[in-house]
Amino acid sequence: MKITESFARGEFVVSAEVGPSKGVETASLVAEAKEYLSNITAVNVTDCQSSVMRLGSLATCIKLREAGLNPIYQLTCRDRNRIALQSDILSAAAFGIENILCLTGDHPTLGDHPQAKPVFDLDSVSLLYTVKKLEEGEDLGGNKLVGPAPSFAKGAVVSPCSDSVDAQLAKMERKVRAGAQFFQTQAVFEPEKFIAFMEKAGQFGVPVQLGVIIPKNAGMCRYMNNNVAGVHVPDDMLAELAADKERAKAGITGVEIAARVIKACRPYCQGVHIMALGWEAKVPEVLKLAGI
Amino acid sequence: MLITRLKSAETLESLLKGQIFIINCHGCREVSFPTAEAEALEKALAEQGRVAGVITTDYICNPENLSVRLEKHADAIEAADTVLVLSCGVGVQTVSAMFPGKRVCAGCDTYPLPGFQGVTPLEVDCRQCGECYLNITGGICPITACSKSLVNGQCGGAKDGRCEVDHNMECGWERIYRRLAQVGRLDVLKCPVQIRNYATDKNVGE
Repeated sequence: MKITESFARGEFVVSAEVGPSKGVETASLVAEAKEYLSNITAVNVTDCQSSVMRLGSLATCIKLREAGLNPIYQLTCRDRNRIALQSDILSAAAFGIENILCLTGDHPTLGDHPQAKPVFDLDSVSLLYTVKKLEEGEDLGGNKLVGPAPSFAKGAVVSPCSDSVDAQLAKMERKVRAGAQFFQTQAVFEPEKFIAFMEKAGQFGVPVQLGVIIPKNAGMCRYMNNNVAGVHVPDDMLAELAADKERAKAGITGVEIAARVIKACRPYCQGVHIMALGWEAKVPEVLKLAGI
Repeated sequence: MLITRLKSAETLESLLKGQIFIINCHGCREVSFPTAEAEALEKALAEQGRVAGVITTDYICNPENLSVRLEKHADAIEAADTVLVLSCGVGVQTVSAMFPGKRVCAGCDTYPLPGFQGVTPLEVDCRQCGECYLNITGGICPITACSKSLVNGQCGGAKDGRCEVDHNMECGWERIYRRLAQVGRLDVLKCPVQIRNYATDKNVGE
């Protein structure tokens, strides 16, 4: 099912993210997704997240779909040129994948194959444009497709707490014009920044899902503060996580923080996207505590 | 060494607003500068009464050199609406940096030839990709200033204004956004989706 149908019905759309393993085993990922993520609208599958080589996003999406879940195929421009990207988009459609999230992708130097050639033949904006063009029955080279054209709910990402938020908004507008129908954001820990962002982003008239990470401990948050673009965990949250290490380790503090961020931001957005980073089992608790 | 070719008449017409000050750089022209086409363009603009001034010089990639040579043209440049630079991408970027409030246009696309590469004593670089983007990026090259050579805007990887690949490097697209805001040209970010044409890029695939 296209995630855009849920937005159109006015639902508060919930999605979560899973990351394939470094290997061919998918049974545990699928089993966990079935157990914890069956009641939400869609499940994102990352595309070699952080430039770390893993099992493919498309293969994992197919496995999830076979298991009755509704996958969102994340596709980055890091590793493939326009021929391979278009081919993979068609492949996804052939396997019944209906949601696609178009990203530029991290640079390979950040991952576990820093020697790899960075491709970036297209970028997030031109990839969205490419999907739209394929939907119109033509490829980027101007050649007609044979048979029925693919059709997707086309998503993109934006970083609302970035320190260059105006440049992010300009890029968001380019993505909307290129065909983006929904947005998922980078993780938010500062609702006031997100709300200020949404006041400006509202003009584009495209639904936005708040990005949420369940914080595991203060160390993880300090790491994100130092290394992850557009993510900042404020000092009071760090103190909260550090205050009772056992409580944090059990996930209680993290679940509370995530639920609190969702509650504060919910009136200003159209959904939430949870990046559980291995804590998929805690997604139902977060949603319950947030009143969703 | 390099080859510069004039952009199409249609593209140039869309770029050139009001009175034009023209800078011709013959620094690397041992190889190829579109002399005849540049003269024809200047003549056509002069006939329309749109030439605020012209300087034909060399190695404008050297900013100290250039600023000395432009001294006596300061008033004409001040009065001009557009500074049209006919040079490689390095020259255009040098002029853009020198006149941050001015509409500076790249009139040429730059193609590479092996060998000596001009003076370029700067951090500014031109990859001679054959498809100059400087007119839609405020005179800062997205191919060389962005680690991913993105042509449609900033990725999500900049932290505190620094590039995710090299923390010593400022995010090229933050610089571009700031420059466009400074010259009141944020409207160019509404331009059509840009898709690079590697068929013009002699650095790739040959």
